[in-house]
Amino acid sequence: MAQRRKQQAALPEVSELEAVRHYTKLSQKNYSITTECYPLGSCTMKYNPWVCHTLAMNNKFLQVHPAQDSQSMQGTLQILFELQELLKTICGMHSCSLTPMAGAQGELAGMLMIKKHLQRKKQLHKNEVLVPVSAHGTNPATAVMCGFKVIEIACTSDGNIDIDDLTAKTNENTAVIMLTNPSTYGLYEVNIDRIAKLIHGVGAYLYYDGANLNALLGRIRPGDIGFDVMHTNLHKTFATPHGGGGPGSGAVLCIKELAPYLPQPTISTLVKSKKKQFVMNIDATDSDRSIGRLSHWFGNVGVLLRAYIYIRLLGREHVKEISNHAVLNSNYLFRKLIKAGFSSPFSHRYPAHECIISLSKEKKEYGVTAYDIAKNLLDYGFHAPTTYFPIDIPECLLIEPTETESKQELDRLSSAFIDIRNRIQSNDSTIKTAPNKLSIGRLNEAKAAHPKHLDVSYHKK
Amino acid sequence: MPYYPHTDEDVQQMLAEIGVSTIDDLFSEIPQNHLLKKSIALPRSLKEHEVSLLCNQIAEKNFSHTCFLGGGCYDHSIPSAVWQTAGRGEFYSAYTPYQSEVSQGTLQTIYEFQSMMSALTAQDVSNASLYDGASALAEAILMSIRINPTKRRVLIASVLHPHQEQTIRTITASQDVTINQIGITANTKIDIKELHETIERNQNQISSLIISYPNYFGALDDIHELTNLAHKNNILVIAYVNPMVLASLSPPGEWGSYGADISCGDGQPLGIPMCGGGPSYGFITTRMKYIRQLPGRIVGKTNDENDNTGYVLTLQAREQHIRRSKATSNICTNQGLAVSASTIYLSLMGSKGIDATVCTSASHTRKLLTGLKKYTVSTITGSQFAYETTVLLPIPAKKFIEAMNSRGILAGSAINPQLHPLLRRHYSQKQINHMMQFAVTEKRSKQEIEEYLLHAKKVLC
Repeated sequence: MAQRRKQQAALPEVSELEAVRHYTKLSQKNYSITTECYPLGSCTMKYNPWVCHTLAMNNKFLQVHPAQDSQSMQGTLQILFELQELLKTICGMHSCSLTPMAGAQGELAGMLMIKKHLQRKKQLHKNEVLVPVSAHGTNPATAVMCGFKVIEIACTSDGNIDIDDLTAKTNENTAVIMLTNPSTYGLYEVNIDRIAKLIHGVGAYLYYDGANLNALLGRIRPGDIGFDVMHTNLHKTFATPHGGGGPGSGAVLCIKELAPYLPQPTISTLVKSKKKQFVMNIDATDSDRSIGRLSHWFGNVGVLLRAYIYIRLLGREHVKEISNHAVLNSNYLFRKLIKAGFSSPFSHRYPAHECIISLSKEKKEYGVTAYDIAKNLLDYGFHAPTTYFPIDIPECLLIEPTETESKQELDRLSSAFIDIRNRIQSNDSTIKTAPNKLSIGRLNEAKAAHPKHLDVSYHKK
Repeated sequence: MPYYPHTDEDVQQMLAEIGVSTIDDLFSEIPQNHLLKKSIALPRSLKEHEVSLLCNQIAEKNFSHTCFLGGGCYDHSIPSAVWQTAGRGEFYSAYTPYQSEVSQGTLQTIYEFQSMMSALTAQDVSNASLYDGASALAEAILMSIRINPTKRRVLIASVLHPHQEQTIRTITASQDVTINQIGITANTKIDIKELHETIERNQNQISSLIISYPNYFGALDDIHELTNLAHKNNILVIAYVNPMVLASLSPPGEWGSYGADISCGDGQPLGIPMCGGGPSYGFITTRMKYIRQLPGRIVGKTNDENDNTGYVLTLQAREQHIRRSKATSNICTNQGLAVSASTIYLSLMGSKGIDATVCTSASHTRKLLTGLKKYTVSTITGSQFAYETTVLLPIPAKKFIEAMNSRGILAGSAINPQLHPLLRRHYSQKQINHMMQFAVTEKRSKQEIEEYLLHAKKVLC
C-alpha cells in the first residue's frame, strides 16, 4: 500500500501479564474515593456507586454505534430522554441538552446561547460579562472564548456579592452575570433576589455555574431563584466517576426563551402509530437558532447512563437528604476546626456544603502555609482539600466532605487537622517536608516546567 | 444505598456540636421562600435490584445488529484486561492529579499516554487529552491562530465528517476565524488546483490547512504534496487522523519535508467502547516549539529531594485555574478514565498488534467490497483507503440500509446532506443518494461478512 509507515511506532512491546502488572501497580499509587476521603472543595468527591458502573457497562449499551438509526437504539435514547426530564425537574428549568462533555463545555454552551440570542435581538452592545472575583477560572475563560469582555465584581467580608459594586457595574452593556450559589466561599448568596432583579432589569441574564448544586439538591432549584441558564456537573453532583480527571459531563439547562438555542442534538418523543418513540432533534425546525454542535456525536453517553442510574437510586425520598447531609457534614467539620483554633473569614456564618479556613495567621506566626497543611494531610491518609481557591482568600483551604462521609470519618479528619496544628505549634520541622510517609516526597514542580528540564515524553528528540 | 451513612444518633451528636437543634437551622440564613415546600416530583427511590431490572429491560430495546459503520467511531475488539484494569477503583474514582504525591498512578499513566501519542503521530509532544476529536480539532485551529495571530483564515483541505465541521464552527464562532472548505475531485480527494488558487488569492491570510486522514469517505489524500504546498506558503498543517491507522500508514510528523505542525483526532478506536458515541477523548500533539500553545493538561517528569522520579502537572500557567480570562482555553477536565484505558490498550497491543489490526480490517473491507462489486456496486474512493470506503449502489442507499437493518445488519451510512454540494460537482443527486459509506473491522468474522453479502444480494438483485 502506498503511504505505508516506514518505521514502526515506538510503542511498548510487552506481554499481557507485564502490561497488566505495570498498570495495576500504578493504580496502587493513587489515592481515590474508593480508598481515601477526598474533601476537595468545589469538586463534590462523593462515592461513585458501583452499581452505576455495572449497569452502564451492559454490552447492549456499549455496542450502540452513534450513527445507528434511532429505531435501533431506543433503549439508550429512552434513558437520555428521561435524564433530560429528571434534570429539568431537579433544577426547575424548561429545557435541557445533554451534549456538553464537561462543565466548562456546558458553560461555553450557555454563554454561546445567550450571545446568539442577543445577536438575534440586535443587542450587540451587550458584550460585558460580570463575574465575581471568587469565581472558578473557567467562568472568565469561557466568557473570553465567546468574545465577551469580563468585568470583576467584588465580594464583601460577609462572603456575598458587593451589591454596591454590582450596581455600579451593571448597565445597558451587561449581557450576563455568571454566578454559583452557594458561592465558591461555600456561602449562600442571600441577596440573589436583588441581584436577579438588577440584572433582569437591564435585559441581561443570570448564568448558574452548577458546580455547587450538591448544596441545593432537592431543597432549592436554580430555576426558582432567578437563573436563566445553567450547567450541571454530572461528575460532581450526580456521582459519576472522576476517572483521574474525566470524563465529566456538563448538561446545560435553560428557561423557555433560550430553549431554541440549545446545543444539538436534544432528545424528544414522537408518537407514531400510537407508539411512543424517542428521537434525536438533529433536524429540528428551530435548528438554525441552535448554537450548533459541541461534539461529534451526542455527549458522554456512558457518563449520562451512570447519572441516570444514580438519580433513580435516590428517587424523591432521598434527593433532598443529599443537600441536608452534605450541609450537615460541612458544618460539623467546620465547627470542630474553628473550636480547635483554625481561622476563617466566615466563621460567623453557616457554610453550605463546603467551608473555608485560612492559614494566614499560621503563616505569620510559624511560616506554615495552606500548601504545607495540604501536604501533611496526605500523610494521615486523606486527600488534601482544595488549596488557594477561591483566589481572593489568602492561604485558604476549601473543604467539602460531601454527604457520603460518615461522622466517624469526619472525626478522623478533624483529628488529623488538630494533630497537624499541634505539631505546628511545637515547631515540628517535618511539617515543612511533608509528605514524609508516602513512597514519594514533595515533587519539584519548578524543575518540571523549566525549559531546560521539560520532559513530557519518554521519547527524547 | 442511598449513600449518606448517618444514623439518627450521629445526626443528633453532630447538631449538638454545631449548636443547632435541627438540620433546617443550618438553612436559616437562606430566604425561606427559596426553599421548596414539598419533595421534588421525581419517581420513587429504587433499590439496586430494581434499578438493575429496569436498566436491563431498557437495554433490551437496543438492537444487537452486526456493525459495519464507521465515520469516526469503530467497532474494534477490546481486550478484557483494558477495562478490568482501568475500572479499578484507584483509577475510576481518583481525581485530577493536582496533589501529585498521591496521584502518581494517574500521572505516570498520562505521561506514558503522551509518549505513545507522540510516537504514533511522530510529533514531539502531546497533551493529556481533550474532550473528543471534533473539539480537539477546534482547539487545534485556535492554537494555529494563536501562533500566527494576524492570519485568521483556515482551509479544510480534505473532507471532514459534517459533525466535526459543525463543532469547529460552533466552538470558534466568536473568535474572528474564517473557515473555508476546498472542493473535491470525483474520488473525493481534495482538488489540488482549487487549493493552489485559494492560497494564491489569500496570500498571508491563511493560518492553517486541515488534512483529514482518512477523509470522511475513507479516501487517503496526498498528504506529502499537501503538506509541502502549505509549508511553501507559510501555512501550518493540522492533521486530523484516525490514530489506529497511524500504526500502518504515514504518521503526520513524517508528512512532506517538515511534517505536520499539529496532529489531532479522536481516540475511540484505541480501546474505547462505542457506547452511543461517548465518552471517548481527543488527542493533540505538536512540535516542541509550540508546546506553550497547547490547551489542556500536560504531565511532566521530575523528582523529589531524594532523587526519586515522579510526575506532575506542568506548564499550568497556560490553564484556566491560573490564567483565568487569559488562558489558552477554558478547558478544565481531560478525559482521564478513557485515556487510562487507551494507554493500557496501546501497551497490550503494541505497534505490531495495532498494525495487524489495521491490516486485517483493511483486508476485511476489501473482501466485502469485492463481494459487493458482483451486484453492480462500484467504488467511489478508488483503491486508496484503509478500512473505510464509500460505494455507489444500484438502489438508493437509505433503502438498502433499511432493508439490511431489518435483516439484523447495520450495513453502512448514507452520505450526510451537508456534503451533497461538494459531490454535486461530479455526481448527480440521484447518484449521491445511492452512495453508502461503511467500515469493516477485524472484529467482523468471515461468517458475518458472508452473511452481509448474502443479504445484500437478495436486496440488490
